[in-house]
Amino acid sequence: MTKDFLIVFGHFDQFLAGLWNTLWLAGATLLLASVLGCAIAALMLARQRFIRKSVAFLVDGMRCIPFLLLAYLVYYGLPELGLQFDSWTCGVSALVLYHSAYIAEIVRGAWSNLAREQIDAGKAFGFHGYRLFRRIILPQLFFASAPVVGNQTVQILKDTAFLMIITVPELTFVASSIQATYFVPFAAFIVAMVLYWAVTLVIEAGVRRVELSAALRRA
Amino acid sequence: MLEGAAVTALVSILAIAVGVPLGLLLAIIRWRRVPLLSNAVAAYVSLIRATPAITLALLIFFALPSFGIVLTPLAAAVLTLTVNTSAFNCEIWRAALIDFPAEQLDAARAFGLRPRLAFRRIIFPQIWRTSLPALVNEMTLLIKASPALAVIGLVDLTRAASRIGAATYKPLPPFIVATLLYVLLVLAFVALQRLAERHLYAMRSAQ
Repeated sequence: MTKDFLIVFGHFDQFLAGLWNTLWLAGATLLLASVLGCAIAALMLARQRFIRKSVAFLVDGMRCIPFLLLAYLVYYGLPELGLQFDSWTCGVSALVLYHSAYIAEIVRGAWSNLAREQIDAGKAFGFHGYRLFRRIILPQLFFASAPVVGNQTVQILKDTAFLMIITVPELTFVASSIQATYFVPFAAFIVAMVLYWAVTLVIEAGVRRVELSAALRRA
Repeated sequence: MLEGAAVTALVSILAIAVGVPLGLLLAIIRWRRVPLLSNAVAAYVSLIRATPAITLALLIFFALPSFGIVLTPLAAAVLTLTVNTSAFNCEIWRAALIDFPAEQLDAARAFGLRPRLAFRRIIFPQIWRTSLPALVNEMTLLIKASPALAVIGLVDLTRAASRIGAATYKPLPPFIVATLLYVLLVLAFVALQRLAERHLYAMRSAQ
């Protein structure tokens, strides 16, 4: 067993490269899905009933399907539409598409809980459109939804592992190929799990920081 | 394809049947602050909640044989989902236990109920009602994580779809059908939850 772990630590640079790819995937997804999620949430609160209903239907549908199936649909579906992408681009698009639906739902919840007077006050001070969103709405949305978005970030992190199936070289892919070469299954996957765990603990600590500064802002 | 869907449903239901009570047991260990065990459970829950289902499935399927435990893909699949869901269920039950009003516990003690009887008669009937929505939500998450089991060779809905795709050289149609079947499975659980909630509501207003 010790020998197994020595083999794994001998290839730790590959694990770090896989971890870096995982972090990159999760980070890019969080950023892009947050932007897209805010836009979708705005549509879900639109004045036109038709837009509201159809966007809500799409969001609910997306939240019913397993991420791996969406990744497959994107991976095999885009070439049918004449679009050829590498597995990396497919993976990121699938992650962003999937998680923007979840983030839209989170943001919509926080948005409809915003105090109406704040927005009216903002308008009275001459804020409109983008500036109203950026200066008045967004900061409040950010602090109100931070804990739930934190949980969603952990979910994004875990969903990146599915991309090993479409051969994206992320952390689980690296662990799996090391174990296939040297047959060290326990050591390889335990080390991968501990790395995921460490990232999750950092995310949770980050959320606590944000909550603390939200409490300070309110005080 | 339908066979694959049945395997997915079977594996999920088995994992739920073991994982929900196991989660309760873990939650009680933490709630009663059993020395050492409580810390071990906290670490277990934290680690498992951070682990992707696919990584856990690979660990269980490939690493257990080197400890002399050889599992079929089906057994490994059920074990993976059970380990995964019990960690999440533990947190759901624990939240309900923490929120449980202390006055009721004091009242039970004043009436001379032993802890075990108080749990069965007073605590459990209430916490399972408050936990039900969250538990069903976790069940839908479990179904959505179950395609991870295709990597260890279980012929579930996902693997059935990719087999058909590989045989016909047209991967898209089987995956579209599989996706729709997953949506139906998830919706079935949500409908079940609505039904159970309505039933509980009727029971409460009848009391």
